[in-house]
Amino acid sequence: MQSAMCNLQFIMITQLTPWDKVQLARNPQRPHTLDYVRGLCEDFVELHGDRRYGDDSAMVGGMARFDGRTVMVIGHQKGRDSRENVKRNWGMPKPEGYRKAQRLFQHAEKFGFPLICFIDTPGADPGIESEERGQGNAIAESILMMAGLKTPIVAIVIGEGGSGGALAIGVADRLIMLENSIYSVASPEGTAAILWRDSAKAPEAARAMKITAQDLLALEIIDAIVPEPEGGAHTDSAAIIAAAGEVIRSQLAPLLQLDLGTLLDQRYAKYRAIGHYQHRQSQILEHTNGDGGPSFAISFT
Amino acid sequence: MKEWFRRQPKHFTPAARENGQQIPDNMWVKCSSCGELNYAKQLNDNLKVCKCGYHMRLTAREWLGLLDADSFVEEDAELAPCDPLEFVSAKDVYAQKIKDNQERTGLNDALISGRGSLAGHALRIAVSEFAFIGGSMGSVYGERLARAAEHAAEARVPLLTITATGGARQHEGVLSLMQMAKTNMALTRLGAAGQPHIALLVDPCYAGVMASYASVADVIIAEPGARVGFAGQRVIEQTIRQKLPAHFQTAEFMLDHGMIDLVVQRSDLRTILARVLRLYSGQANDTTGVPSNLMMVNA
Repeated sequence: MQSAMCNLQFIMITQLTPWDKVQLARNPQRPHTLDYVRGLCEDFVELHGDRRYGDDSAMVGGMARFDGRTVMVIGHQKGRDSRENVKRNWGMPKPEGYRKAQRLFQHAEKFGFPLICFIDTPGADPGIESEERGQGNAIAESILMMAGLKTPIVAIVIGEGGSGGALAIGVADRLIMLENSIYSVASPEGTAAILWRDSAKAPEAARAMKITAQDLLALEIIDAIVPEPEGGAHTDSAAIIAAAGEVIRSQLAPLLQLDLGTLLDQRYAKYRAIGHYQHRQSQILEHTNGDGGPSFAISFT
Repeated sequence: MKEWFRRQPKHFTPAARENGQQIPDNMWVKCSSCGELNYAKQLNDNLKVCKCGYHMRLTAREWLGLLDADSFVEEDAELAPCDPLEFVSAKDVYAQKIKDNQERTGLNDALISGRGSLAGHALRIAVSEFAFIGGSMGSVYGERLARAAEHAAEARVPLLTITATGGARQHEGVLSLMQMAKTNMALTRLGAAGQPHIALLVDPCYAGVMASYASVADVIIAEPGARVGFAGQRVIEQTIRQKLPAHFQTAEFMLDHGMIDLVVQRSDLRTILARVLRLYSGQANDTTGVPSNLMMVNA
């Protein structure tokens, strides 16, 4: 009976569907950014505020000592219980959260601190206030700033990589994912709603969208996967935190040897190369569509 | 009895227009804002702006009319989409969707890019086509935009983008997401070459594109009443279940909240763009060697 149960458990774990991984990635007992920071770093000093508007609790960051050197750490922070989740807005930053991240990026660059980013968000906050304060702008400027930031950057997806809200702190020289984490252009529910107007089809979307760590490694978007304890990260926090630390250290080490020019050139090449396309003839200006009538040219002059 | 002798005007619905079909001269077009009928030829002469002021959607080809006559030469036209995720679901087969949209619009994907001039100022241009899978940004869109930025940097000319989009293309998954990073990455080259990116946002302009290249242009112009924002309205309504503010996520809202530079009538666009280009011309700065905090401002 015991061995049958073990076999069943083994089968269940080795046959995790993408939807299973979504559940694991969202498990409320999974370690969060501050757990990793406290477990891996010494002398952590949290830095607050965007110096413009406010302090977003969904985005945390600060200076710390990692592997013998000072680094800047930044990450999305979820809550451990309902009350904390309200405070942390479930890890969904508002524009002030991204502007705090930008401030800390520049701080890291100014002093030559490597940047370590922990990604774990359902997505950027989709609210009225966020639109009023320019959420699109906040994310775009974060991405742009990371693109040219003159310091090594390692990012690790520890839970959910929710679209642009995740990418805003994820334009890194090296990108790591935990074995059961996910990274997607929209949440499975969001994709299902967009494509099929039915968010209940989320498991189907999760399968079609290729959002698992293994998928992203195959697509050559990420550089490494951190294996999780059997049953998922939440079953052994100490082990997963240590394992993640090892992979972060080993991904960061070669970056520290590069001169800035090479570092930036390699980062440029990494993102410049992402995308699949082929060649095909098209005649854009001769084409007349619809009923075969003449194409209209609008005269602006 | 009266009906027999009266020539029945054919109605051309906005839905058919949005499929990219052209409107022959002898038809009427119903404005989706005020409901009034516009005679197609007059509408055309008015740059497809209704009498009520509603700016109707233009195709990407029509937007190229902003440029000086015969100045446009397409670049990177041969780039076409693949099916990297082999995206197949009950209702959606990406490979088929691509074929259908290519056939209907005559374009390989949702972006046209190339070189041209406006009021004599040489530039690179990238215009999205909303009729192609909602103007969504996938690998080809991102690649053409990145190349347009790089071509502009190399030629030391400005980049003009004209964008109508629903955001990132779902069917290419995280590859689409990464186009947000790729386009911004290429724009750092343009900034380093001291050349501007001027972005024109037209209805509708949302999500992943708003959260990448469209929002970090040096000058951001939007058309009156254009719906522009990050999160989709349905998402916001479902999340907060309260009434949305007046003019929420319109060009005017973005202007009031400090997110864009200008809201410009379509009939004034060429004039304003010519003025901005004239102001930029002859003032290129090579910023290499300049300290990093100043680089940020130029990027």
